[in-house]
Amino acid sequence: MSTTAKVPVPVDESAPTTVPLRTALKAPIMLGVVTLLVSLLIAFKARSGKTTFRLAADTDFFDLPEITVPSTATVATVIVLLAACTAVSALLVGRGRRTPVWLVALFAVVAMIGFLAWAAAGKSVPVIGLLGGSIALAVPLVFGALGGVLGERAGVVNIAIDGQLLFGAFAAAIFGTVVGSPWGGLVAAMLAGALVALVLGFFAITYFVNQIIVGVVLNVLVIGLTSFLFGQVLAEHPQQLNAPDHFERIPIPLLGQIPVIGPVLFRQTILVYLMYAAVVVVAWALYRTKWGLRVRAVGEHPKAADTVGIKVNRTRYTTLLIAGLIAGAGGATYTLVSVPQFGQEMTDGAGYIALAAVIFGRWDPVRATLAALLFGFATNLSGVLSVLGSPVPSQFMLMLPYVVTIIAVAGLVGASRPPAADGEPYRKG
Amino acid sequence: MTLELRGITKRFGPLVANDRISLTVNEGEIHALLGENGAGKSTLMNVLYGLYQADEGELVLDGEVRKFAGPGDAMAAGIGMVHQHFMLVPVFTVAENVMLGNEATGFAGTLDIGAARERVREISQRFGFDVDPDALVETLPVGVQQRVEIIKALSRDARVLVFDEPTAVLTPQETDELMGIMRQLRESGTAIVFISHKLREVRAIADRITVIRRGAVVGEASPTATNAELASLMVGRPVELTVHKEPAQPGPDAFVVRDLRVLDDTGHTHLDGITFSIARGEVLGVAGVQGNGQTELTEAIMGLQSHVRGSIRLGEHELVGRSVRKVLDAGVGFVPEDRQVDGLVGEFTIAENLMLNRSHGLPFVSAGTIRSGVLEEFAQRTLDAYDVRASGIQAKAGQLSGGNQQKVVVARELSRDLSLLVAAQPTRGVDVGSIEFIHKQVVATRDSGVPVLLVSTELDEIVALSDRIMVLYRGQVVGIVPADTPRETLGLMMAGERPEGTAA
Repeated sequence: MSTTAKVPVPVDESAPTTVPLRTALKAPIMLGVVTLLVSLLIAFKARSGKTTFRLAADTDFFDLPEITVPSTATVATVIVLLAACTAVSALLVGRGRRTPVWLVALFAVVAMIGFLAWAAAGKSVPVIGLLGGSIALAVPLVFGALGGVLGERAGVVNIAIDGQLLFGAFAAAIFGTVVGSPWGGLVAAMLAGALVALVLGFFAITYFVNQIIVGVVLNVLVIGLTSFLFGQVLAEHPQQLNAPDHFERIPIPLLGQIPVIGPVLFRQTILVYLMYAAVVVVAWALYRTKWGLRVRAVGEHPKAADTVGIKVNRTRYTTLLIAGLIAGAGGATYTLVSVPQFGQEMTDGAGYIALAAVIFGRWDPVRATLAALLFGFATNLSGVLSVLGSPVPSQFMLMLPYVVTIIAVAGLVGASRPPAADGEPYRKG
Repeated sequence: MTLELRGITKRFGPLVANDRISLTVNEGEIHALLGENGAGKSTLMNVLYGLYQADEGELVLDGEVRKFAGPGDAMAAGIGMVHQHFMLVPVFTVAENVMLGNEATGFAGTLDIGAARERVREISQRFGFDVDPDALVETLPVGVQQRVEIIKALSRDARVLVFDEPTAVLTPQETDELMGIMRQLRESGTAIVFISHKLREVRAIADRITVIRRGAVVGEASPTATNAELASLMVGRPVELTVHKEPAQPGPDAFVVRDLRVLDDTGHTHLDGITFSIARGEVLGVAGVQGNGQTELTEAIMGLQSHVRGSIRLGEHELVGRSVRKVLDAGVGFVPEDRQVDGLVGEFTIAENLMLNRSHGLPFVSAGTIRSGVLEEFAQRTLDAYDVRASGIQAKAGQLSGGNQQKVVVARELSRDLSLLVAAQPTRGVDVGSIEFIHKQVVATRDSGVPVLLVSTELDEIVALSDRIMVLYRGQVVGIVPADTPRETLGLMMAGERPEGTAA
């Protein structure tokens, strides 16, 4: 039953607002479960030997030494640390407080070191490759999440991110080949993303159709369309239509030579640098400009925006189109980097992961980017470990990004507040 | 600036919401627009504000005919509006709300939040408001939010200010303060349109009064007119404004609430240990500004809240922990505060709505089948008895006017044997004629020996119907006082102050 009261909830401000126990308990329970899982690793499948972490790249100013640790002892230490983190969290919750984010982050890093020490016993972990690859894999997720954040901040739920990525990848492959330059492909990808956004806006904004349904339909439509055209046209003429030039890695002088940070962040393709810029620009535009204020107003309280002379639906359209351009650029990473070729359903549902990043990131561009990076890391980890020959069955490793998504969204986000008018079409009067 | 509306007509399909309405508002004048809910006041103001386009007629500002395509045009022309439901973004700060749509910018569209802060401070100072430009609007009390709305309008140099039912959400004290602000604005030369259906307020502040009924101007009145004169103009027939009731004959306590606490899912406390009792044949009025726990109280009684502690006893029965159906079976009648959402199913017929609380068995259901003969006969009888104006018992409830919808709800709840009546906002958005009728029904229920819990944000209604008044503030009982307690005292109590000599 809903109340129609518009007034704020009356609470006694003198008393500290207690976090409801059920919500607060989620964090220590989750941490406890992970600690237990890591303990089970050595209980059931103890691995002897030493694990080496490789930190150096040959382009660095100076070489960092390799770090070699005894596997079992490291895991044991890690378990103690994890248990300590869990205890701190439980203690805080017991006192009616929340588990701080830094504690969760610390826990995650420690748990990861422990897991790697166990999984790669007797071998060496390429830390640079693991992290750098994560960034590369996160690029479409970050672009997709940024598009999602913008759309939802303006009040339009964009389930069609996956369709935008896939259509962008498709357009990039064709136009990158035809124009003969990856830049042509990138522009085409952005326009393809915007086209999907336009269709979404047409139904969702102009005709008030349920946005979730339109989004899902668009995803399926794009899969069908690209698969059909791929089979009928691209597969027939791979050289003329599906062999785009790809973006090369561009090492940034000086920055690219810093150990660890350099090869991970600054020896990437132009798309990664565009992604850095996009995050900064979107965050700045959303919070610091007139345009951003209006976008947020339209997503929170469209009627209020209307009564101060802001054109609600026009603002939603332009925002959605810009979001489409950004998401489309994410799609270009599939076909204009490393393996420059389009394949059926090649996004593998990355758009849905990007959507999860939007929610995990609480509709904030920077937080959503961090969430997308986390998912990118999970994806890359499964790849790196299968190359190393990890003791975990590869099927389980493939599940990793999705498990991380579920744990992140269900376990750690808690009740976050979406823009108030998210998903609601605006009708005048 | 002088505002003139000439022959404004606005139609929605076959319905004429505004029928050739003409109105003049002069600089430094407060012009009240008096009419019942649904008389067309808000439509007229939305035409003025550019939210609707008039089908006929023209809008004249300082002798010049203007056309507004949207609110932006109206604001640019110097018209400001303080909306009944505040048009503020709750998660924005005061300064952000004030600047929205009218942003001062620097390089590349960067917001100049400093300029907006300054503007808020400057206007606040001019009118003696105490508003922090960096406070989040959702954390502010309603009265302050309303001031933000006023600042917002003034920051765009509004010369004509429209106040749409501004007192609906205010305590009596806040209302007095608002009137002070309106007078101050009038002194500074602003033309003010004050929309209201509250006679007392209109008489207190207006320089001129225009009365509208069914979309047309039915007359002008001066502020010296009596309540009865204004009311009969407004309704179109003489109206009984006072409720006639005999003194209560309270029996033994039949409904006892002890230490009731209600939390919501996020752990916020909405009711903080309240205790009261109602005798048979007594009306206990619950006064308070909207959102101080009234909704949660009624819903806790009905079994609609999930985190309830304490005790609610009705006769022999403990109601806490019972399902809604068991509460209903215990004989509790419930008029919910929002009839459109909780009281009726708009797509159902009147007859179907009348059996909603008795859908499990006799008299209307037998062997899982609705006995349509019995239902139709009952519905027709009820329709006549409660004077519901509808095309018939098969009319959809959603198509009725507010007053007639409410009569259907009241009829359903009162048409069975009750051991308690819970009425929340029984006359909100209901025409004066129906208010009269509903009030009589509430008194009759009391006189038949049923305890009545009446929740209303209209102090007049509480005072008129109650035998005792309980004032709620932030989920706590400020006091339970006799019905003849002065309005000023009640007003203070609604703001959380406990005057001397009142028992808690």
